Amino acid sequence: MATRSDHPPEQLDRVVIRFAGDSGDGMQLTGDRFTTSSALLGNDMSTFPDFPAEIRAPAGTLAGVSAFQVHISDHDILTPGDAPNVLVAMNPAALRANIGVLPKGAILVVNVDAFEERNLTKAGYEENPLTDGSLSGYTVYEVPMTSITQEVCKEAGVKPRDAERSKNFFALGLVSWLYTRPTEPTIEWIATRFADKPQVAEANTRAFRAGYDFGETAELFESNYEVRPAHFEPGEYVQVTGNQALAWGLIAAARLASLPLFLGSYPITPASDILHELSRRKEFGVRTFQAEDEIAGVGSALGAAFGGALGVTTTSGPGLDLKSETIGLAINLELPLVVVDVQRGGPSTGLPTKTEQADLLHAIYGRHGEAPLPVLAAKSPSHCFEVAIEAVRIAVKYRTPVILLSDGYLANGAEPWKLPDLEALAPIDPGFAAEPNHTADDGAPVFWPYVRDAETLARPWAPPGVPGLEHRIGGLEKADGSGNVSYDPVNHERMVRLREAKIDGITRDIPALEVDDETGDAEVLVLGWGSTFGAIAAGVRRVRARGLKVAHAHLVHLHPFPADLGDVLARYRVVLVPEINLGQLSRLVRAEYLVDAHSLNKMQGVPFRAAEIESAIVSLLEEA
Amino acid sequence: MTTAVPATTRKDWSSDQEVRWCPGCGDYSILAAVQMLLPDLGVRRENTVFLSGIGCAARFPYYMNTYGMHSIHGRAPAIATGLATTRPDLDVWVVTGDGDALSIGGNHLIHALRRNVRMTILMFNNQIYGLTKGQYSPTSEVSKVTKSTPFGSVDAPFNPVSLALGAEASFVARTHDMDRAHMQETFRRAHAHNGAAFVEVYQNCNVFNDGAFEKITAKDARPSMLIPLVHGEPIRFGAEGERGVVQRPDGRLEIVEVADVGEEALLVHDEARHDPGLAFALSRLSGGPYEPTPIGVFRAVDRPEYGAEMARQVTEAQERRGVGDLGALLRSGSSWTVE
Repeated sequence: MATRSDHPPEQLDRVVIRFAGDSGDGMQLTGDRFTTSSALLGNDMSTFPDFPAEIRAPAGTLAGVSAFQVHISDHDILTPGDAPNVLVAMNPAALRANIGVLPKGAILVVNVDAFEERNLTKAGYEENPLTDGSLSGYTVYEVPMTSITQEVCKEAGVKPRDAERSKNFFALGLVSWLYTRPTEPTIEWIATRFADKPQVAEANTRAFRAGYDFGETAELFESNYEVRPAHFEPGEYVQVTGNQALAWGLIAAARLASLPLFLGSYPITPASDILHELSRRKEFGVRTFQAEDEIAGVGSALGAAFGGALGVTTTSGPGLDLKSETIGLAINLELPLVVVDVQRGGPSTGLPTKTEQADLLHAIYGRHGEAPLPVLAAKSPSHCFEVAIEAVRIAVKYRTPVILLSDGYLANGAEPWKLPDLEALAPIDPGFAAEPNHTADDGAPVFWPYVRDAETLARPWAPPGVPGLEHRIGGLEKADGSGNVSYDPVNHERMVRLREAKIDGITRDIPALEVDDETGDAEVLVLGWGSTFGAIAAGVRRVRARGLKVAHAHLVHLHPFPADLGDVLARYRVVLVPEINLGQLSRLVRAEYLVDAHSLNKMQGVPFRAAEIESAIVSLLEEA
Repeated sequence: MTTAVPATTRKDWSSDQEVRWCPGCGDYSILAAVQMLLPDLGVRRENTVFLSGIGCAARFPYYMNTYGMHSIHGRAPAIATGLATTRPDLDVWVVTGDGDALSIGGNHLIHALRRNVRMTILMFNNQIYGLTKGQYSPTSEVSKVTKSTPFGSVDAPFNPVSLALGAEASFVARTHDMDRAHMQETFRRAHAHNGAAFVEVYQNCNVFNDGAFEKITAKDARPSMLIPLVHGEPIRFGAEGERGVVQRPDGRLEIVEVADVGEEALLVHDEARHDPGLAFALSRLSGGPYEPTPIGVFRAVDRPEYGAEMARQVTEAQERRGVGDLGALLRSGSSWTVE
C-alpha cells in the first residue's frame, strides 16, 4: 500500500466521509466505490446516500446537491455516522449545503476549480468562503480537481469537456490515498464497467490515479490515515443494500416454497431497484411485470397468486394508497400476497428520495371495513433478506396479504452482511388443496373454499387446474365454509371475527421479543421499529458508556405484536419510542397496553443521529 | 399423461348458484350462449377461469361451474394478466361491462390489449350503469337523460371497437345478445385467438335502458341494420344483400346500393390485414345503434403473445446462465471472507 515513507499512516478507529457535488457529478458512484473498497478491506461500514428528487437539477445550485455519506471503522458500527469527519465538496453549492453538518476541526477537501464567481453566485455566496476566513475552524485542502483531471486526460485524447466528467474519480483517488484504500479493485471495476467505452474507462482510470498520486506527492497533506479491518465473526461477507437484500429474500423465499415468483410493480422511488434487481434474475424463473399503474401491479400479483404463484408487488407510499382496494380484496379472498412498501416522505409526493416511517398506521389500518393483515418491518439493509422470507412464510401459511415495510434509508443504505446458511432456511409448504374437503347433503364429496384449518384458521389454497375443486371467490361477503355469496347478518359478523382471529393467531409464530437489557434492571426501555434500529442501538451504547442503564427492544412484527410485548412494557417505568413520524407506534402501544409512552419524533427526511437518541434517553433518566 | 377431454353438457358448466339478474336481462342469453358453447370447445372445466370486476355483468363467474373470481371494479384485466402469464395452461375469460371496462378500468383494458395477453374479454355493452341503478355510462349517447344527468349528458361516448383497435388489439369483434348463433361463433373465434381478444356484446338492460339496440337487433330490423363482416367476402347486407360498403378514393367508407355500384366495387373484408386502418374505418361506419352497424370480427391478426414472450425470456436466461443458483446470486457483488 502506497504511503509516504517519511510518514506512516496515522491510525483511526473510525471515520465518516461525506462526498457532495452536483447530482450529475457522480457522487453516489464515488461513495459506492469507496464503500466497496473499504468493505473488501474488512472495515465495518454503513452508508447513507442522500440525493434530490430531481435527476439533474440546474448545475451548481443548492437544489442539485447530491451527497453520499459513508462511515467506516475498525469495530462494529450501527449508523452512517452523526456528522462527517471529512467533507469532499465538488463545488460551492455542495459546500454550502453540507457545511452545517460539519463539526469544527473536520477536514474539508474542495475542488478549488469550481469556486469561481458564477458558481459562488449560484450557491448564494457573496464572498468566496475559501478566502473570507469563514472556514477557519476547518482543515481545508484546496485541490484543483477539474484542471488536473483535464490535464491527465488530454494525453489520452479526451476532450476537456468530456474529461471534466471524470473529476469524481479524481476525488475518489484522492480520498482513497488519504485513507489508504487499495486501488486495484476500483481500477478493475472501471475496466469492467466501461468495457464498451474504452475512452471513458481510460479517462476515469487516469483521473483516479491522478487523484491518488496527488495525495502521495503534493505535500499538501500532513499525513494519511488508516482504518484497520474490523473484527467480524468468521464467515463470508458481502456488501448489500436494503433493496438488494429484499429482492434476494423474495427469490430465496420463492425457492423455499417451490413457487414461481411473480412481481407486478410500477416504478416508484425508492422502491424501483427491487423491480430492477428481480427483472435481471430470470434464471430463477422470476417473472417481472412492469404494470400500467400501481393498481395493476398489485392486481396482477393477486391474479398470479390465484393461479398458485408467489405474488408480490413493490411500491412506496403513494402506490400503497392506490393498492389499498386490491389489498382489501386479497384479505377477502384470503390469498397469499406480499406488498412491499419502501416508505418515503409524505403526504402526497412529499419527499420522494428521503426516508420516513409514517406509513405504519396506513399499513395496519389503511383500508375500508375491518381489514386486518400482518405488517412487518425490516431494521437494517441486510435484515430485509430475512424479513422478506418471513413475510412470504406468513402470507403462504395464513393465506393473507402481508405488508412489509422498508424505507428510503434502508433501501439505498449499504452494510456488510454475513451470508446466511441457505441450507438452514426452513422450507415453506404451499399446501395446495388436492381433494374435496366437504360432504354435500347428498353425500357427494365437494370442495368448499372457506373451510378453515382448525389451528391457523387459514382456508385452502386451490389454484385452477385440479378437477373437482372448481370454485368461485370474490369480494362479496362469503358464507362461512361454502364461500358462496352471503348477505346473512350473523354470517358477516362471524366472517369478520374469523378474519381478525386468523391474523391475531399469527402471534403463535412470533418469537418472544428480544430485549437488550445488559443488567436486567434498567428503568428506561427504548422501543423502536424499522430502520431506527442502528441509531437507537448506537444511542443506547453511548448512554451505557456514561455508566447509565437503558434497555432496547426492536419490533419486527408490527401487526400482530409479539405476544409478550405487553409484559415487556410493564417491566419498565419509562418507555421511549423514537420514530421518523409523529408517534404512530407510540399511539399503538398506548392504545393497546395503556402505557404512557414518550415519543421522540423527527420528520426531516433523514435518519436519527445516535446523539439525538442518546440525549433523549439521558433527559428521561434525569427527569426520572 | 393426457386423457381425452370428457364430454360435457351445459349442465356441467352451470354452477349451483341461483342466477340473480333482473328477469328479461340480456345477460341471461349471453350466459346461456357461453354455457352451451363450452362443451363444444374441447376444453376442461378445471382449466377454465372466469374473472370479472364489478357491475351486473361481473356476477357471471358465480354462475359458471369453473374456477372464477369476482374481483373489484375495473381491475379484471390486470388480475387476468397475472394469472394468464403465470398459467399459460389455463383459459382465462374476462367478463366485463361498459362502465367496468371503459370507465374505471379503461387503463387496464387498453394495456392488456396492447400487450396482447392471452385472455378472452367479453364486454357487455348496455350503454348504462345498471348495478348502481341507472346513471349514464361512457358509451351512453350524448344528451342522455339519466338519474345523474337530469338535463342530459354532455359527454361524448366511446366507440368500444374503435377504442380497442386504437389500443392495438389483435382481435376485435362485435356481436349482440339477440342472436345466440352469432354470439357463439364470435366467442368461439375469440377463444381460439392467441392473444387478447376483445368482444363487444350489445346487451339490453331492460330495466334502465330498455331497447337501446332494438333498432338494429330486433329480428325484423337485423337484415337492414346489421352489416355482417365475413373475412374474404364483399361487405353487403339487406334482406336481398342489396346494400354494401365501398371505399371512396379519399379512404372514406360509404354505404351504397349494390345495384348502383356493381358487386365488384364492394369492399372485401380482410380481418387479417395488419394495418388496422380499414377495421377502424368500419368501426366508424355507424354513428350508433340506430344506423346500419357492422357485426362480426373486425380484426384478427397474429402478434406475439405476452405470456409466451415472458416465458421465452425466462427459458433463454436459464439456457444461457443455467437455472439460478441462490448462493452465487448472494455473491454476485464482491464478497470477502473473515477467517
